Amino acid sequence: MKLAIASGKGGTGKSMVAANLAFTLSRTIFVTLVDCDVEEPNLHLFFPTPATITEVTVPVPVIDENTCQHCGLCGEFCQYGAITVLPNKVLFFPELCHSCGGCMLVCPNNIIHEEPKRIGTVAISTPLPNLKLISGMLNTGNPHAVSVIRAAKKVAAGDPLVICDSAPGTSCPVVETLDGCDVCILVTESTPFGLHDLRLAVDVARRLGVPAGIVINRSDGKDQATLEFCKDLGLEILMTIPFDREIAAIQSRGDLLCQVQPTWQNAFTALFMKCRALCKGN
Amino acid sequence: MKICFTAQGATLESLSEDRFGRAPYFIVVESEDGSFEAIKNPYADGGGGVGPKAAQVLIANNVKALVSGQVGGNAKEVLAAAGIAMYTYNAGGSVKNAFDQFTKNTLVRS
Repeated sequence: MKLAIASGKGGTGKSMVAANLAFTLSRTIFVTLVDCDVEEPNLHLFFPTPATITEVTVPVPVIDENTCQHCGLCGEFCQYGAITVLPNKVLFFPELCHSCGGCMLVCPNNIIHEEPKRIGTVAISTPLPNLKLISGMLNTGNPHAVSVIRAAKKVAAGDPLVICDSAPGTSCPVVETLDGCDVCILVTESTPFGLHDLRLAVDVARRLGVPAGIVINRSDGKDQATLEFCKDLGLEILMTIPFDREIAAIQSRGDLLCQVQPTWQNAFTALFMKCRALCKGN
Repeated sequence: MKICFTAQGATLESLSEDRFGRAPYFIVVESEDGSFEAIKNPYADGGGGVGPKAAQVLIANNVKALVSGQVGGNAKEVLAAAGIAMYTYNAGGSVKNAFDQFTKNTLVRS
């Protein structure tokens, strides 16, 4: 089973839910936790353990200027503006390249080949006997988060229970994280911003065909607008976490709520059971 | 010599556009006789990498100088390599006003 945790709005508590869910479940079953928020991964802060780090690379074209006829076909083909062919010079912008390989295919003289370019890392650790943590990390300044997310998810392929912690928003990194997941937890907060972005996130999950349920975090008890929205769209509220100073303090120290206050383990186990019921085909 | 002005519309009376890659129109003026041609920028609503693509439009049209508000790093590199001079105009006036300032040589070269 693959479970994604997303939110729309940032800072609603995705990683808090992911870390505590993984911690709780790993007490009884094997869990793989994947930090797909590769631009600012943070799950390793809850599970500080030495990790094995592997490089993530993408292929980028290398053009042999000496034999290039400067016909310009590769530059015309590139939809991303990564190649500009001048009468006697080729300009290549690696950060615009999407590694599609099209330039190589259209070159009539076959003088373009690909070389790997480092864009990030995947760190694998075993912080608890039943918990594998996979953290994708994109190099600073690199725009291609999707390739690192793909690499991180690939490490988890075949594992029985995979929990993917997504980046906020609704753009490519979120789509890549949700893609192929059986169910999705959307974490929101009862503020106008939380609800606005929740609408967008629900839309993304629906378009991808991933069943979604809602966790309301930092609830001040005035969740009426969120509850009505969920009711209208037939979305189940899977769990409500109160706005609580002690929970905030635990979280801020980098501790796990379910470890410090073990009674919370029941709530997170219940959250998992509800997710399983929501799963495709169930 | 052909000079390109980034513009919000297709005439000399149109307001100049500060952005280069996503400018709605390129107004290419022939400095010899003042005649002009309006080119609709096919990359105005593009997702990414529009700077180098827009620069290629200028190269294809044999433009020798560009007058715009701000040109991004990638586009600048392409334009510089193609030998196209870049001048900054961000006073918010019409293309005609930008052209007058260009001919009076009051624009700063970037």
